[in-house]
Amino acid sequence: MKVSFNINGEQKTVEVSDGNSPLLWAIRDGVGLKGTKFGCGKAACGACTIHVDGNAVRSCSFPVRMAEGKEITTIEGLSNDGVLHPVQQAWMDEVVPQCGYCQPGFMMATAAMLDKIPNPTDEDIDNNIINVCRCGTYYRMRKAIHRAAELNTKKNNSESTQ
Amino acid sequence: MTDQNSKNKPKSKSRRSFLIKGGIGTLGLMALGTYVFRNPMRRKMYEMTETLVVPYSGTGTQANLWIEFTKDNTVVLHSPKVEMGQGTFTGLAQILADELDVNINQITVKAAETATGIVDGMSTGGSLSIAQLWQPLREMAATMREFVKSEGAKKMGVDVSSITTANGILTSGTQTLEYAGALEGVTEFNLPSTPELRPLKEYKSVGKPIKRIDLRPKIVGDPIFGMDAEMPNMLHAAVIRPEHIGSKLKHADISEAEKMPGVVRILEYDDWIGVIANSFAEALAAKNKIKTDWDIPKVWSEETLRDYLRVGQGDKMITQKSGAPLDPDGDGVVSMEFSSPIGAHAQLEPNGAVAHVTDGKATVILSTQVIGATQKQVAEALGFDMENVNIVGTYLGGGFGRRLNTSHAVKAAIMSREIGQPVKYFFTRKEEFQNDTFRPPTHHFMRGKMNDNGQLSALEHHYASGDVAINALIMPSVMTSVLGTDVGAMRGGNIMYANLERRRAVQWHKTLPFATSFWRSLGLLANTFAIESFIDEMALNAGRNPVDFRLSMLGTDEHQSRIRKVIEVAAEKAGYKEGASGNRAMGFAASIDAGAPCAQVVEVSVEGDTIKVEKVICAFDCGLAVNPDQVRAQCEGSIIMGISAVLHEKMTIKEGRLYPINYGAYDMALMKNSPRVIDIHLIQGVDHPLPVGEPPLGPIGAAIGNAVRRITGKRLTDLPMKLD
Ligand code: FES
Ligand code: FES
Repeated sequence: MKVSFNINGEQKTVEVSDGNSPLLWAIRDGVGLKGTKFGCGKAACGACTIHVDGNAVRSCSFPVRMAEGKEITTIEGLSNDGVLHPVQQAWMDEVVPQCGYCQPGFMMATAAMLDKIPNPTDEDIDNNIINVCRCGTYYRMRKAIHRAAELNTKKNNSESTQ
Repeated sequence: MTDQNSKNKPKSKSRRSFLIKGGIGTLGLMALGTYVFRNPMRRKMYEMTETLVVPYSGTGTQANLWIEFTKDNTVVLHSPKVEMGQGTFTGLAQILADELDVNINQITVKAAETATGIVDGMSTGGSLSIAQLWQPLREMAATMREFVKSEGAKKMGVDVSSITTANGILTSGTQTLEYAGALEGVTEFNLPSTPELRPLKEYKSVGKPIKRIDLRPKIVGDPIFGMDAEMPNMLHAAVIRPEHIGSKLKHADISEAEKMPGVVRILEYDDWIGVIANSFAEALAAKNKIKTDWDIPKVWSEETLRDYLRVGQGDKMITQKSGAPLDPDGDGVVSMEFSSPIGAHAQLEPNGAVAHVTDGKATVILSTQVIGATQKQVAEALGFDMENVNIVGTYLGGGFGRRLNTSHAVKAAIMSREIGQPVKYFFTRKEEFQNDTFRPPTHHFMRGKMNDNGQLSALEHHYASGDVAINALIMPSVMTSVLGTDVGAMRGGNIMYANLERRRAVQWHKTLPFATSFWRSLGLLANTFAIESFIDEMALNAGRNPVDFRLSMLGTDEHQSRIRKVIEVAAEKAGYKEGASGNRAMGFAASIDAGAPCAQVVEVSVEGDTIKVEKVICAFDCGLAVNPDQVRAQCEGSIIMGISAVLHEKMTIKEGRLYPINYGAYDMALMKNSPRVIDIHLIQGVDHPLPVGEPPLGPIGAAIGNAVRRITGKRLTDLPMKLD
């Protein structure tokens, strides 16, 4: 079957033999965007987190057929015209990644959280950011999340005064 | 100038290469092997293996193979070490920048393909990359700089001595010339002899906390990992392999699987089946339709394993000995028993490989810590000469020792050979958990005795472990017979406090029925947990402050003084306070690993049955920190991975199979479990870089247990520590 969706602002159609197969592979191997990672395939690690219509979704456990007509954002589409998203900027500032493999999933999960909770407390972070990072970058990530929230607020303020 | 003439492999006549020094792990030791079988001499060697930085050994040591100049005046460093998050590429770039006189932004670092001729003799492991390459890379960079100057001098028509270098530019009076210009048309690299290296204080990049050079690609999601690799016309594979420990494939029915959409071929071998399809989802769907029958000679359980691996069983070796042994039933002798479970690596990026075998040549792209050994494995399996197998290393989505054996590259290569097309094969997470090369479980007895002055006078550590270094791919078997012990399991197993009348460590080794091997910090995690928990208990029994108690057990030589320093700094920076206040307390522990001492104070709270690490203060003597920010990152990572191992993680055997098979069920530290404060204090006890990626894993377990003991009165002796 054919499935069409908008991904990072571009319309794409992928061909799959099973509509229930994971959206993750359609993105990685069908569209060819490798920033979304495979870690477990069972919604247990968050490495494959993307946004579907603005919500954080673990794409390894999201049937590709349900992506029909949806708006998808992956890590490659998080930045805008080469300008890093505040979450990515904060990640740069705090030098978060080690191996880096889990990081796109964390950044996507964080960006989605900040849309709903613009100024998260440490408890909000603990409860909402539940991905796995084996390198143990949580300590810097927490700092980066608070920083991203600040950058976001600044950005929104300057946009609203323009 | 193309990379052919700048990297001119075949043409250069005289090449200046750095000297490979003999040492443990290389020929020096093997030559000794025939006559060093006496145990006291072995124990001397154990001491060496504990502190020695094994020199870099490998092929392709010519500077012009490592350092490639490009037309646009940038430099590519072909690194025999891979980047798995530890920041090695960044440290190497800093070292290169300072002796080559280029800007760090002009440098790209790549894992060297075996085809470049640069193949590491051992591995990327042991936290050794920067420590090993510190000297040779500086020498190569300095030599290259002098070479560029001499070529530049010819082109500029000036005397070499009038040239200064900075940012990849030669300057003589008012003339300037880029390195690229100086090397224009150069096809032969007649390298000068190595000039004197600069004094450390002249380095501008080394010692600075610059941002890691791979930061941006990792933040924008660039396809840099083995899992992201592709080749044209690539097919995807899924593999069936044994799930039960020690089981053999008896029979498989592939008839239904063959009819599944997208399936190209199903290959059946003695102990595995490969399903090749157009997409991974199709390969996996077909794999799930295969019916298999297994021969299971023995059904292992948690209990049978526990009985199998115990102190007192297996191969015994005294790894440390001074003074007479303690009589376990003697007067005043205190004993305690400790254990640690099987641990999984659980690195986020699954193991995998993309292979293309055609016309008698093989190319394999993968995440591996052993590029050289993988080349050998693939060549042997295919019956190819080594030079016909090119291994291309990528960035690794975590290593932690799991990628010290990447023999799955062989499966990918065999499937590609059979199908005549490139094949990508990677593990599912279940395969990853059930076919890990696990951290072996351990069992420990501690024994100690106080003297009349309230001083610990005798301390013994008896420890049983499965394989760590023994049977490892990268460990020549001659090493095992020479050393007579598992030097990996021994890490942290000997007692570091010299001011004891008697100290002794005894290893009991057994090979387990499933693969166990290197897991970040090897034996250090469990051994330090046992030793430092026991010492704490002895201090409590004696009514002594655990910090003073430890300090009084230290001697006065340089090694002991460096341990003393980290203990003092950690205690002082944390404001170590003895005893609990409400449900909170501090815990203290220290260790030394690979010559790098580390002490930690943790602040722990207990709520119901939940142990929470609130704060960690860490003092670490890492020697010269090439990049202090990345040393800190390694400390933070070690601390969090350590917390995960000592409070959460455990693999178990159920009806012959290893469980769990996924994250979540395999409980690991998440954001909510990681301390809100991690305060790192780096100490430079020596003027060269020491291994940093593992030593900070030592103290964390005991430090937490010691805090819990003060809050609850309970001494937790089994990892993972649980209060329920
Ligand atoms: S790969 Fe989707 S949650 Fe792990
Ligand atoms: S940075 Fe390696 S798993 Fe998170």
